[in-house]
Amino acid sequence: MESLRRIRALIRKELLAVLKDPKSRFIMIGPLVFQTLIFGYAATYDLDRVRYAVHDQDRSNASRQFLAKLDGSGTFARIANLHDQKEIRALIDNKEVLLVVQIGQDFERRLIGGQIADVQVISDGRNSNTAGTALAYIGTIVESFNAEWTRSRGGLPPPAKAVPRSWYNPNLETRWFMVPGLIGMLTLVQMIILTAMSVAREREQGTFDQLLVSPFRPMEIMVGKSVPSILIGLVQSTIVLCIALFWFRIPFQGSFVTLYCGMLLFLIAAVGIGLMVSSAVATMQQALLGGFLIIMPFALLSGLSTPISNMPQAMQYLTLINPLRFAIAIVHRIFLEGAPLRVIAPDLWPLALIALASLSIAVMLFRKRLG
Amino acid sequence: MNTDSGPEEATLPRGMSPHRIRSLIRKEMLQIVRDPSSIAIALVLPVFLILIFGYALSLDVKQAPLAIVLERPTPDAADLAAGFMRSGYLTGIVVTSMKEATELMIERKVDGILHLREDFGRGLSSGGAPVQVIVHGVDANRARIIQSYAAGAFSLWMARRSSNGNAQGSAGQVRVQSRMWFNEAVDSRYFLVPGLVVLIMTLTGALLTALVMAREWERGTLEALFVTPVRTGEILIGKTVPYFLLGMAGLLLTAAAGRFLFDVPLRGSFLVLLGGSALYLLVALAIGLFISSATRSQFIASQIALVATFLPALFLSGFLFDLASVPQAVRVVSYFLPARYYVSFLQTVFLAGDVWGVILPNCAAMVVMMAVFFKLTLRKTKKRLA
Amino acid sequence: MTAQPEGPVLSARSLTKRFKSGKGKEITALDAVSIDIPRSAVTGLLGPDGAGKTTLIRIATGLLVPDSGSIRVLGIDLAAHPGEVQSRAGYMPQKFGLYEDLTVQENLDLYADLHGIPKEERSKRYPELMHMTGLGRFTDRLAGRLSGGMKQKLGLACTLVRSPDILFLDEPTVGVDPLSRRELWEIVYRLVKEQGLTVLVSTSYLDEAEKCDTTVVLLQGKVLAQGSPSEISSIAEGRSFRISTPETLKPRQLQARLMEAPGVVDATLEGRLVRFVESDPGELDPALLRGLTVTPVRPRFEDAFMTLVRRTEGKERDPSEARVRLSPDQAAGVSSELVVEVRDLVKRFGAFYAVRDVTFQVRRGEIFGLLGPNGAGKSTTFRMLCGLLQATGGTLSVAGVDLHHARASARQRIGYVAQKFSLYGQLSVLENLDFFSGAYGLRGGNKKERMQWALEQFGLAQYSGSPAGQLPGGFKQRLAMACALMHEPEILFLDEPTSGVDPLARREFWHRIGSLADLGVTVIVTTHFMEEAEYCDRMVIMVDGEILAAGSPAEIRGRARMTEDREPTIEDAFISIVEDYRQERRAA
Repeated sequence: MESLRRIRALIRKELLAVLKDPKSRFIMIGPLVFQTLIFGYAATYDLDRVRYAVHDQDRSNASRQFLAKLDGSGTFARIANLHDQKEIRALIDNKEVLLVVQIGQDFERRLIGGQIADVQVISDGRNSNTAGTALAYIGTIVESFNAEWTRSRGGLPPPAKAVPRSWYNPNLETRWFMVPGLIGMLTLVQMIILTAMSVAREREQGTFDQLLVSPFRPMEIMVGKSVPSILIGLVQSTIVLCIALFWFRIPFQGSFVTLYCGMLLFLIAAVGIGLMVSSAVATMQQALLGGFLIIMPFALLSGLSTPISNMPQAMQYLTLINPLRFAIAIVHRIFLEGAPLRVIAPDLWPLALIALASLSIAVMLFRKRLG
Repeated sequence: MNTDSGPEEATLPRGMSPHRIRSLIRKEMLQIVRDPSSIAIALVLPVFLILIFGYALSLDVKQAPLAIVLERPTPDAADLAAGFMRSGYLTGIVVTSMKEATELMIERKVDGILHLREDFGRGLSSGGAPVQVIVHGVDANRARIIQSYAAGAFSLWMARRSSNGNAQGSAGQVRVQSRMWFNEAVDSRYFLVPGLVVLIMTLTGALLTALVMAREWERGTLEALFVTPVRTGEILIGKTVPYFLLGMAGLLLTAAAGRFLFDVPLRGSFLVLLGGSALYLLVALAIGLFISSATRSQFIASQIALVATFLPALFLSGFLFDLASVPQAVRVVSYFLPARYYVSFLQTVFLAGDVWGVILPNCAAMVVMMAVFFKLTLRKTKKRLA
Repeated sequence: MTAQPEGPVLSARSLTKRFKSGKGKEITALDAVSIDIPRSAVTGLLGPDGAGKTTLIRIATGLLVPDSGSIRVLGIDLAAHPGEVQSRAGYMPQKFGLYEDLTVQENLDLYADLHGIPKEERSKRYPELMHMTGLGRFTDRLAGRLSGGMKQKLGLACTLVRSPDILFLDEPTVGVDPLSRRELWEIVYRLVKEQGLTVLVSTSYLDEAEKCDTTVVLLQGKVLAQGSPSEISSIAEGRSFRISTPETLKPRQLQARLMEAPGVVDATLEGRLVRFVESDPGELDPALLRGLTVTPVRPRFEDAFMTLVRRTEGKERDPSEARVRLSPDQAAGVSSELVVEVRDLVKRFGAFYAVRDVTFQVRRGEIFGLLGPNGAGKSTTFRMLCGLLQATGGTLSVAGVDLHHARASARQRIGYVAQKFSLYGQLSVLENLDFFSGAYGLRGGNKKERMQWALEQFGLAQYSGSPAGQLPGGFKQRLAMACALMHEPEILFLDEPTSGVDPLARREFWHRIGSLADLGVTVIVTTHFMEEAEYCDRMVIMVDGEILAAGSPAEIRGRARMTEDREPTIEDAFISIVEDYRQERRAA
């Protein structure tokens, strides 16, 4: 009872310290909203304006028909018609176009003759991912051109046709992947820094001693430091969630209760890590840089920027200690796939384990530092 | 005893003294060496990042598992399934019902489903047998790559069938022959390594300097320094040079790792790489100094440095995501970020060569930004308190 | 160099400077201040916190620009050529900006380089400075590892790498022990005498004013008086008296009564004697002094200063406010019960003994002082008593337990005020009180009552909503005390509670401490201010981790070696004890 009352006083103080000052209130929320919006728009692998040039040596009806298909797709913007192969180099080198489509002299003749007509596509591979995506778009357009061509020539339909479909994200929008992922990513950054800094600030300003000479037990201080961070984390993740739901209008398929259960576990793990950092540092600067040193690999190896399954096996094992990896998986699965608790269990229990481990280590370090 | 004169000072503006500058630089270097946290950011983090970028991050999908539903295992169906597996990019788990496949998908054991219905064989002879290719769309980029692998495997199978004389072929077909310049093998490291250089330069340039100047304000060391003959410009130069060297060391480290560990080519000339990088580093330093002079608080400075320099370098620079496809408003924001110009510069110098048509405009933009921020910093750092 | 023009080295005319203090309020830091600083002399700038001392010095060094008025330094118009003045002036800010991660030598080199001192001159100058400051043995030590006093000396050495034409020192002796203080002053005087240096020094130590050639008293941004210390002292002529304490009273109890009496502007302890200053002759109620021998004494600077300040501030600082009233059940009175027992206490960091074989006892209701120079191990002992550090050896018990090992609830019985202000600066006074009462498990009506008590007793009501970090110095200190007393502790630990606090606030503080002790609270306090040691019932003097002397103030004073003909003070005794000890060590 006594103990609870003390913890409550500490939590209240902690929240006041963060939320009282309008400037620090803004720091808690402003950058979060700004980042979610900017990254929601910027972090997309989808292309909607691919600049390209055409070198059409055939200048036939068929080639025009083919190019019209590209131009009409809405994705490709033709910015030049070339008359000489030599022009290609400069255009691509200077980044004026991402691709050059080159149609050979016998394009129409071969098509009418029922043969295969090759179209050369030269792309700028400096960002091979962007180039690859653009090529995939071209592949789709070529396919539909072929089908139309066959039909218009009265040919038989192909014996089989592939019907592509995508579950959970029918239009394959990167944003649907990125924005929910930010719920985990941005909260992690804030949680670790906030928690580590709040202890480091007390150390630097000498108030920590004041806590230690009062009847607080080490455990009570830890709880009193964790709960406010977790509360703030919950508010912050809710803000990102709301932006995903109401601004980007990404459909939410699962249950909010499950989502918040997962988030809570994640926040506990993140706060535990923040406390670990704080028990190892003496100043706010060290807390900040130390926190940053930890956040970087967590963020990069979370599966959000590049998929975990693309990593070498050894690295994949390493990601098993990364709470963000599981948090992002959980958010995606609940948000987009509507996965029930049963299905996300394999992601939940490792998170619980990490939370337990990080908190215990934090308690241990904390006690050791006091003793 | 007037030190503000002498032949050496001819090149320095308004009576700056090389002795004082040298002394300030020495002081800053000693401080860097003695503070473990700045060493960690300047040296440990880059090594961390090189390892992560080189060995862990990759956008190249290899061996994506696919569930292949063969509701009736006819020879044709088995042949198509085998064709999918032959591609090398996909691996298959054969199941007999859609229910099983769905279960695998929900558990994320597979990234997609190739669904051959019971009537696949019949459909083939009557034409238009539907083959469903379903992908797990959550990671849209990966899904799209898998989709194009599947489409490729499918057309290959179709082409082989027709050349076997099994069916159709009266109408001609367009086939795409693609060549990816600068990165023929389509290795994502080729653009991740230049991106890494940007991140490391931003870290040492902006984040670290944002902290050091603010620290001097917080600790009150500037107050004593101000009441000496020292000039504001000298203090700024003294802050810039050590971190400039540190940043350039980071560049060399990363470039060497890229070249020798990860086989990323450097097709442009080394001197151009050094020159452009020096320019970017100066911009980053100028921004870092500006942030810390404007805030005078380590905590706020670091927050702003992260939001204003580091995260945009990752997301808004064109390093990962194509800037041509972002909404107009966001694109406008990106024009104010130096990282955008540097990414473009680096990708070109590393992979394409000395293409002056790209290098010059980007460098020009960086020169302008550098001038603006140094000017702003000078104005903010008067030898005055409050 | 051009010949110096005669006349004042610094002359300011109606300087005014205002600062914004949030919510559109403005604070006038300097209000039409006009002063002249004579050549080759030490000018002292005196005044309580917030009087405008630092603002004035910062304007004189060109770091701040006044809102109006003009100032010429070394004959140069500061507004037009600040750089020229800065090249010729030396300035040591209050928080001197030493680079703590550089060594002593590296700090010196940096400033020598910045001032462009040629090599030959350095080889002459450095040994001088090292000899002067006694830092010669520590050239390779990081500045951050120096003790407070040595840091100040290094700061001074850095400003003196080349001979400045004028030297500005902003509170150079805050947090510095009496020995180091004395040494700092000796350095300054030698420079004035030998090199004709002009010095402007601000201080809140009133005894230091007597060492200045001329003084300026500032209060609330205005010049209250200007003149030589003896001129200023004469303001209190005929109003300063000394009385001896009757056997029935402790001297500090008599002093407290006088403090509260109307017509008395100041009362201080001098052993068994109490010195007091009347506001106007004959104003004092004669009944108070009945049966006591009253001897008129020559006024000190301090007497005049207090008279001036009280005249301006009037009843605002009513000392009776400062008397703490506790709830009746706490008024246990003095007893012989031991509440703190320390035996053979040792604290070792690696091979270094911070505290070595320290033994002492404190009885209930006592005020017990721990005195010593910087780095003597006072704070380490303190931290062990409070349970913040584990002892390496020996036993200690506070209220019957060793707090480091005892259950957390045992800490309910102690209160602790740390050396530097350590409350939550961004929280308001009320929120701080609320937190600390919560931390000690107070609740409901009791909590409300205690908070009300704290606001009233410490005169904090007017500031209840302001952030603690923005309170004036004295009020910060009051709040820290209030927070430590919320749970009515039996034992109060105060670690240099008055460091950096102005003389007025210090008097109030001791007034409170006295009344707490009278009510049975045991008070353990460390301090640098030797005159404050007079308020202690008993004390120990520590040097290099060991206890050199213990006893009542009278016993300690008895150990002073006097060369001049006057009553020995505790400070004299302290210096003698420490010097004897150091001589012995050197001999050994």
